Amino acid sequence: MSGKLAERDVVNDRESPDSPGLAAPRLSVVRQYLNAQSDSAGSDGFFKTLMLASALTIFAIVLFIFLELAWQSRMAIAHFGISFLYRSAWNPVSGDFGARPFIYGTLVSSLLALLIAVPLSVSTAVFITEMCPIPLRRSLSFLTELLAAIPSVVYGLWALVVLVPLLRTGINPFLMRTLGWTGFFEGPDYGVSMLAAGIILAIMILPIISSITREVMSTVPQSQREAALALGATRWEMIRISVLPNARLGIAGGVILGLGRALGETMAVTMVIGNRPEIARSLLAPGYTMASVLANEFTEATTNLYLSALIEIGLVLFLVTIVVNALARLLIWSVTRGASSRMA
Amino acid sequence: MQQRIQQSGQAWRRWKNHLATGTAVLGTLVVVAPLLAIFAYLIYKGASSLNWAFFTKVPKPVGEIGGGMENAIVGSGVLLTVASLIGIPIGIAAGVYLAEFGRKRLLSNLVRFTADVLNGVPSIVMGIAVYSLIVVPQQHFSAFSGGVALGIMMIPTVTRTTEEMLLLVPHAVREAALGLGVPNWRSTVSITLRTASAGIITGCMLAFARVAGETAPLLFTAFGNDDKSLALNQPIAALPLQIFVYAVSPYNDWHRLAWAGSLVLIFLIVISVSLVRYVTSRGVLKGAS
Repeated sequence: MSGKLAERDVVNDRESPDSPGLAAPRLSVVRQYLNAQSDSAGSDGFFKTLMLASALTIFAIVLFIFLELAWQSRMAIAHFGISFLYRSAWNPVSGDFGARPFIYGTLVSSLLALLIAVPLSVSTAVFITEMCPIPLRRSLSFLTELLAAIPSVVYGLWALVVLVPLLRTGINPFLMRTLGWTGFFEGPDYGVSMLAAGIILAIMILPIISSITREVMSTVPQSQREAALALGATRWEMIRISVLPNARLGIAGGVILGLGRALGETMAVTMVIGNRPEIARSLLAPGYTMASVLANEFTEATTNLYLSALIEIGLVLFLVTIVVNALARLLIWSVTRGASSRMA
Repeated sequence: MQQRIQQSGQAWRRWKNHLATGTAVLGTLVVVAPLLAIFAYLIYKGASSLNWAFFTKVPKPVGEIGGGMENAIVGSGVLLTVASLIGIPIGIAAGVYLAEFGRKRLLSNLVRFTADVLNGVPSIVMGIAVYSLIVVPQQHFSAFSGGVALGIMMIPTVTRTTEEMLLLVPHAVREAALGLGVPNWRSTVSITLRTASAGIITGCMLAFARVAGETAPLLFTAFGNDDKSLALNQPIAALPLQIFVYAVSPYNDWHRLAWAGSLVLIFLIVISVSLVRYVTSRGVLKGAS
């Protein structure tokens, strides 16, 4: 950095060669103009400071969110202490609050989403990068990009009108008949459920995981693939031997990034999860997540303690997503070495 | 004998190859299917509900048929303008710092990392933070607070794209400017930024498309409003917010409006995403490469 600056200064100070002939008068006009404002050190310093201030703003915002949430939830933190995280009471009338059903709902719906989304998105990425004919490749990646651009609330609307009735009339009775004995698929069946939330979350995080997986797979050197093929490997063996092992850290990063997104997803989940603060073994029972309790009850919080408890849930959600995202970024950076990852 | 074993091994490997190909194709189909289903349903439902009144009328009271979402369309416009005024300048300036002044420094790596982390902060948490920053002291919901929440959410995307685009600008371009004796800041603003402008605009549009559909941060900031409003210190409607309220309502006519609103929203987003793709496929630098 300092080397580069010094080089710039040298360039700055060097006298322009006086070119003879026609160019000379014009050049001198430029020189006059530049001499008139030769004192560029001050404005350069100001410019750099301004840019630095903007960069630091990002820092300040994250810090500010944390401090603000911590400060606003101080009442609940003081009142319940650490037990807030594992108590399952949620009674606004008597002022008794615990975050357990929400933490449980967030974790279960997100893990369910990962369970559905990871195999699908990895196989999509494999298909697009390794098997797909070139013309189809562009349109498929465009389609998955579009999937990422659809707003959460539209997913929620679709899930509410199409997915939930489909589950209630078609899929859930089947699951109850065949897998009811596991206890994960027991009635009563309302349609709005943990399962519906998991499915819609899976659809929403698919494009994230698959675009990162694609990105990471394309960083695997072509020579690795050719080496495997030259040894007589079939295409699948080539993928298994030379592509997947090289990309696995990055894929893990993409999966964790998807998890981060699923944990904080609000609108679509709120619309289909049923919003009931209970812990049930059955995936067909309604649940509640940290993000959806905030969306539903924040404006209705009547007492200070209630509001403070809700903000503490926000604080927990914030900290968890920061840890998860940081982990994902470190994994992806270790693979792509800081190359483009802005689409996430 | 050995040859037969080899042959059966070959057949098994070939079969496995086909199996893997089939699984990947099937997986891709399963991924593409919901997208097509959502789009088809959206167009079917939305197009049949969309009419001129949707753009020119405000919502009717519950029970009366008709009305539109003019308030929400205008409201989204106001919110996104405020958001862009906040998010784009800060985002671009931070990107300039990262690309032009802070390569390979601990500080800039930290800023880069924080930008990525900020990108992952749940939007509802952003809503709560802005609520306690602006709404609580002001004692009322406002369009301004909603714009601030959306603006903050734009910053990371704009910053990271700006940085990437500036890094693509060849060093010779900067040196040429500096060689003429142009001050560093002037070279950055008029030469480097201008060369990368197509790419940077692309990044801004991506960020814009992303926050255009955000609902969660507006729940406790912009809050919603049944009348058309342009005032920054009053509650204001927004398209995604109105879609949410109507979608969870029990009224058929409101569901109809929600579908129409979704179609309009998706249309805007698809257009900007396609435009972004078109621009990036043509190259993101102006005449420099």
